[in-house]
Amino acid sequence: MVNTETERDTMILNVGPQHPSTHGVLRVVLELDGEIVVNSNTVIGYLHTGMEKTIESERYVQAITIVDRMDYLSCFFNEIGYILAVEKLLGIEVPERVKFMRIILCELQRIASHLVWLGTHALELGAMSVMLYTFRERELILELFEMCSGYRMNSGYMRVGGFYLDFPDGFIDRLKNFINVFPSKINEYETLLTKNIIWKERTVGLGVLSAEDAINFGVSGPLLRASGVKWDIRTAHPYSGYELFEFDVPVGTHGDVYDRYLVRMEEMRQSLRIISQAVKNLPSGPVNVVDRPDIILPPKRNAELGMEEMIHHFKIVSAGFPVPEGETYVAVESARGELGFYLVSDGGNKPYRLKVRTPSFANLQALPLMLKGIMISDVIAVIASIDIVLGDVDR
Amino acid sequence: MNNLTEKLKEKCSDAVLEVKTCRNETTVLVNPGDIVNVCRFLHDDEDLAYDYISGISGVDYLGKEPRFAVVYHVYSMKNKNRLTLKVLVPENHSVPSVSSVWRGANWFEREVFDMYGIKFSGHPAMKRILMPDDWTGYPLRKDYPLKGFIPAKWTKQDRPW
Repeated sequence: MVNTETERDTMILNVGPQHPSTHGVLRVVLELDGEIVVNSNTVIGYLHTGMEKTIESERYVQAITIVDRMDYLSCFFNEIGYILAVEKLLGIEVPERVKFMRIILCELQRIASHLVWLGTHALELGAMSVMLYTFRERELILELFEMCSGYRMNSGYMRVGGFYLDFPDGFIDRLKNFINVFPSKINEYETLLTKNIIWKERTVGLGVLSAEDAINFGVSGPLLRASGVKWDIRTAHPYSGYELFEFDVPVGTHGDVYDRYLVRMEEMRQSLRIISQAVKNLPSGPVNVVDRPDIILPPKRNAELGMEEMIHHFKIVSAGFPVPEGETYVAVESARGELGFYLVSDGGNKPYRLKVRTPSFANLQALPLMLKGIMISDVIAVIASIDIVLGDVDR
Repeated sequence: MNNLTEKLKEKCSDAVLEVKTCRNETTVLVNPGDIVNVCRFLHDDEDLAYDYISGISGVDYLGKEPRFAVVYHVYSMKNKNRLTLKVLVPENHSVPSVSSVWRGANWFEREVFDMYGIKFSGHPAMKRILMPDDWTGYPLRKDYPLKGFIPAKWTKQDRPW
């Protein structure tokens, strides 16, 4: 076809949706002038499963299972964001221990998510061995998740008002072991990549996004921080007790693929710093709000033995609990950026409307801007640097 | 926040219908026809500087008049505060697009159109985003059934531009 602006002959090339390097089912249509991308269009929706519609017919507790599966690489962010929104409408303040436990899980999840990103990103640029390293450590984190919730992914561990169960015996010891081991592993990844000349040739100066463009496009998370904007919801609007922790927010300067890499590597170190503080100061106490029996299930043992508790248990499970009428918007800093939940309640036991503002959706929108003018061989590197999860984009 | 209310009332007194704060969240109800002017003002004003858009949601209040609400969550990087803008839209009415103010609004508005059928006038590419192009019905409307049998079909949508 002939480009209308330049009047040069261009070629249309289709990438995806079944392309192994599009992190799922992303389709990108490229208009090429020789090897240069002059225009591109992103086509999404292949993984759309209508989760927002389904949630409207499920009770508040059941919706946790569904939001888990949106961003399947970082389920705890979805859980905490959704639960904070429900708790805000209910007017619940959870105990300190719950806040600390949530932070531990979220930061572990951030590391696990960044490890998948790092492994696949390197894999797509031809550095296959990095993936083998990162998935080894990710396994340690998934084992911790399995230990406390029974699931490695999509755990559904958090509940409105706290947790169903406390951390099991031996969890903290294993977590401490992970904290001791992991710093040396990050250094190991860095020796593989950070000063690697091939890695730098492929990533430095590529897919640049300026700070103004990033903000205007609604880009958030590591992508925004790599462009030099120091904005992290954990420090800007602390939730779940993040104000009690000391950590740095890494920022980049150039907004290119290499800076995004550096930012995420540093974020893993900072997450580890938060986890070690949380483990050190983990308060004791209940893992549920104590004065809300209308929301919290009675202990399982009592429910099996006592008639009243059994009825109580049955009532909460079958009828759910009403949430006062109102609406709220709660945002948390997920591994990919601002994950927002706009919850509208009509006073019933099911959400009237839950809109999930997913970071991948907004970040992906800036892709044509980043692809413009680069070589076709670099397209995959840019897509990988956004760190999209298509479940998060399409919901 | 008082500053915001005063400024809004001063600059766009006709456009702003109501300002209320609940649970530390300020919501401004805006006249649908003036949404672009209000957003442009909020974005360009140096003190307020709402330069970032978090998202646009649609809500279907089936049985009420007007039926739909479009909710804009905007944010100021400078002042670090959030603001919710809301317009109420009757059925078969369109809302002016704010994608000229924040380019990020482009996909959010397409999603609202896709799910609720609310058209955004002045939008550069007002078409479906998540559902197939030739889909009938708007899934997130309250009168759209959750379950049903629709035969799977291959659709022709190979014209990205």
